Amino acid sequence: MTDSALPMTVADSASRAPRKLVLDEKRVRSRYAAERRFRAYGVAAIAFGLFFLAWLFVTLILQGYGALQQSKMRLDVTLDAATLAPGGQVDENALRTADYTALLRTSLRGALGVGSDRGERRDAYALLSNGADNELRRQVLADPSLVGKTIPVWVSAAADVDTFIKGQISRDLPENQRRLNNRQIAWADKLVADGRLEKRFNAALFVNGASSDPEQAGMGVAIIGSLYMMLVVLLTALPVGVAAAVYLEEFAPRNRWTDLIEVNINNLAAVPSIVFGLLGLAIFLNFFGMPRSAPVVGGLVLALMTLPVVIIATRASIKAVPPSIREAALGVGASKMQVITHHVVPLALPGILTGTIIGMARALGETAPLLLIGMVAFVVATPATPFDPATALPVQIYMWAGASERAFVERTSAAILILLVFLIVMNAAAVVLRRRFERRW
Amino acid sequence: MPAEHLVKRFDDELEKLDASISEMGGLAESQLAMALAALRERNSETAEKVMKADNRVDELDRTVQNQVIRMLALRQPMANDLRLIVTSIKIASALERIADYAKNVAKRSLQIQTLTTPPPALSGVDRLGRLVQALLKDVLDALASKDDARARAVWTRDADVDDVYHGLVRELLTYMMEDARTISACTQLMFMAKNIERIGDHATNIAELLLFRWTGEEVVEERPRGTS
Amino acid sequence: MNTIAMKPVSVTNDVVSTNRSAKVVSRGVKVFYGEKEALHGVDLDIREREVTALIGPSGCGKSTFLRCMNRMNDVVEGCRIEGKIAIDGDDIYDKRIDVVQLRARVGMVFQKPNPFPKSIYENVAYGPRIHGIAQGKEELDEIVETSLNRAGLWNEVKDRLDKPGTGLSGGQQQRLCIARAIAVSPEVILMDEPCSALDPIATAKIEELIDELRENFTIVIVTHSMQQAARVSQRTAFFHLGDLVEVGDTSQIFTNPKEERTQAYITGRFG
Repeated sequence: MTDSALPMTVADSASRAPRKLVLDEKRVRSRYAAERRFRAYGVAAIAFGLFFLAWLFVTLILQGYGALQQSKMRLDVTLDAATLAPGGQVDENALRTADYTALLRTSLRGALGVGSDRGERRDAYALLSNGADNELRRQVLADPSLVGKTIPVWVSAAADVDTFIKGQISRDLPENQRRLNNRQIAWADKLVADGRLEKRFNAALFVNGASSDPEQAGMGVAIIGSLYMMLVVLLTALPVGVAAAVYLEEFAPRNRWTDLIEVNINNLAAVPSIVFGLLGLAIFLNFFGMPRSAPVVGGLVLALMTLPVVIIATRASIKAVPPSIREAALGVGASKMQVITHHVVPLALPGILTGTIIGMARALGETAPLLLIGMVAFVVATPATPFDPATALPVQIYMWAGASERAFVERTSAAILILLVFLIVMNAAAVVLRRRFERRW
Repeated sequence: MPAEHLVKRFDDELEKLDASISEMGGLAESQLAMALAALRERNSETAEKVMKADNRVDELDRTVQNQVIRMLALRQPMANDLRLIVTSIKIASALERIADYAKNVAKRSLQIQTLTTPPPALSGVDRLGRLVQALLKDVLDALASKDDARARAVWTRDADVDDVYHGLVRELLTYMMEDARTISACTQLMFMAKNIERIGDHATNIAELLLFRWTGEEVVEERPRGTS
Repeated sequence: MNTIAMKPVSVTNDVVSTNRSAKVVSRGVKVFYGEKEALHGVDLDIREREVTALIGPSGCGKSTFLRCMNRMNDVVEGCRIEGKIAIDGDDIYDKRIDVVQLRARVGMVFQKPNPFPKSIYENVAYGPRIHGIAQGKEELDEIVETSLNRAGLWNEVKDRLDKPGTGLSGGQQQRLCIARAIAVSPEVILMDEPCSALDPIATAKIEELIDELRENFTIVIVTHSMQQAARVSQRTAFFHLGDLVEVGDTSQIFTNPKEERTQAYITGRFG
């Protein structure tokens, strides 16, 4: 009856001195020291990661916060009907097509005291943004009753002025290395002193489309484009992925074919995204002839990329549903379909949602496949439907990063920050949704 | 099928129960033998010994009872274990009664010794006693060796004891009717004979209990009674 | 001279199984897991409105046999059944039988209480709802109340029917599972070691419940505790290594079993 695994005899344990509980043994102390060291390694690893994360954010914020503000000029513009409607008819058409640039330039000349010298005028006009006339146009179209009045308007200054005001161009550089000559700098100082030139909130960054003028460039098109694509991804990848996973997990027989499918799905999740871009190019654009640069195509390509992630997440969630729940449902007389729809999928929902949102967050940040299907176009107008040309946030960042103007640097950082904010919001949503739907069993 | 329980301590407890009953059996047997010897040899010392030994038997009876109660509570015995344990109480009780009767016989033998003339029919009582002694010995042997054939044999032999007893009673009655001076002696003898006959009954009870213990079935037949 | 007429002990009380008709009749039932034969030809009659206990050491096939009666073994891969199991004369393995309907007639309670992660009300109402038993909310409410009452749980939960079923104690959860099973008005209730995860008080309450339920339902219970089988059942069947060794009245099995193997198991000589 005695357990022969123990080498001690009864006599041994009786004659040995009782072990002490006090911590003065070397072994105990070295064990505690080892535990402390191990904990320290863990803390160091976390600190290391957090350090780089902090560095990233600090750099981005320092570089990008300036983009939230755009230098704007206050000009008193006389909206005189004769200039606005040379044909005499002051209707919407006329207002739309009127030459607002002339009005702005007149006002600017007045503010700066510029005469008729061509060089002087050229320098003066260079202070104004090329898209300032659009800004004025929008204002007048919004409120046609302004016609005939003299109103103060805030319009964007040129990018060079903006860069100068933000201190990114140094005054100390010799004139021929600067974008603004001394006269322009003097005018800028004067306007600032008069309170006519100041930094204001740059709404254009969020609303406008692409533009070669940095001061007019915005992420509006990219944001809408990305949103449309995410919608397409959600509506495509989620149902298809969940249905596929449910079939594979619940109905498919376990044989070599299903094993092969499982291996392939796992591999697809790791395929480089550019391959999906090639696939999209070949199938959606060349074979189906879908519109190039449309968020629909981008969304479908990204959906293909997200599909394996959704399938894997759904399968894992379904496998995690305890068999006791299934047995309980079967025992009450539920059919297989009822077990799946009433019990398994609802319980797997937190995992499915988490997997989907994480997949979508990854898709949001993908650039390579979108480049191949042509979403790198220069799109100015906000797309009205997913079939209109658009671009995406990461692509926009890529394009801005490649632009040469100084002003695009801060805008690139700002765009990256916006993208990161979206990603954080999506991941936070994943956590919140999971908590909300999680049911204890 | 293994004969031992998975829990060895249960087997130890059953062994102890067995030992208690064996001891009781041995004591009852020797007490009966000594009582009969005291009667035959008219030995008062032996009679006294018998009376004192009865205490030990009573003690063992209580021990058996406690052992059984404990095992019922702690071991939840089933089937043959249950029958074994429950019949043990009744067997102990029967053995305790047997020892009591032996004590009574010894007591009355003391009474007879005061008489001047040996009473008649003494040998008859002795013969009855030896018959019952054999019965008791056989049933205790059957208990020890788990021999159910022996137990059945004991059960049927009770009829012979009854026959001898009834014969003895008639003889004693005749003596008492013939000579009134023998009445006191003969009544003592009659009581002794009755006690011995009761010992025989209890031995037969033990045999019935043993049969129930081993087969789980109860005896249906009427016990054969001798002619009265 | 050495043959004495003897008879088995008879205990006259009302828990002895009378000659009720057989509700579930099994003949030659064999179960195969792949190549391995787990159950070798079982013939067993389960009598109606009685509690039949299936006892035996681990791996003897009693749970397997239990699960055959509501075809839960169908969901186990590689499991094959031979033989015939008939409920009220209908072979339940016939191709024309709808398994879903069968499981509404033969309910099951499992070893570990497994209420749905829904409210108490929903747990009990789920079965009647999917089988379309109740017409309208009032009838459903009534069914829920009756089932919880029968399971001895109504008074404890009537004020919190919308709270999750998983928030109850172990014993209450198991009673909830029993209420869930009886809500669809089954004829037979199968119980697979229903008390093995519960404390003695909860166990006693459930045993009392089983005793009440047997007036209306046929109950088959698999249990590891012989004392529970002895307390709760009228008929007991002993399984060993895939064979049905002995079946008989509970009092006879536990006081004087006919088979040596049965006796050795119930007295604790092997397990």
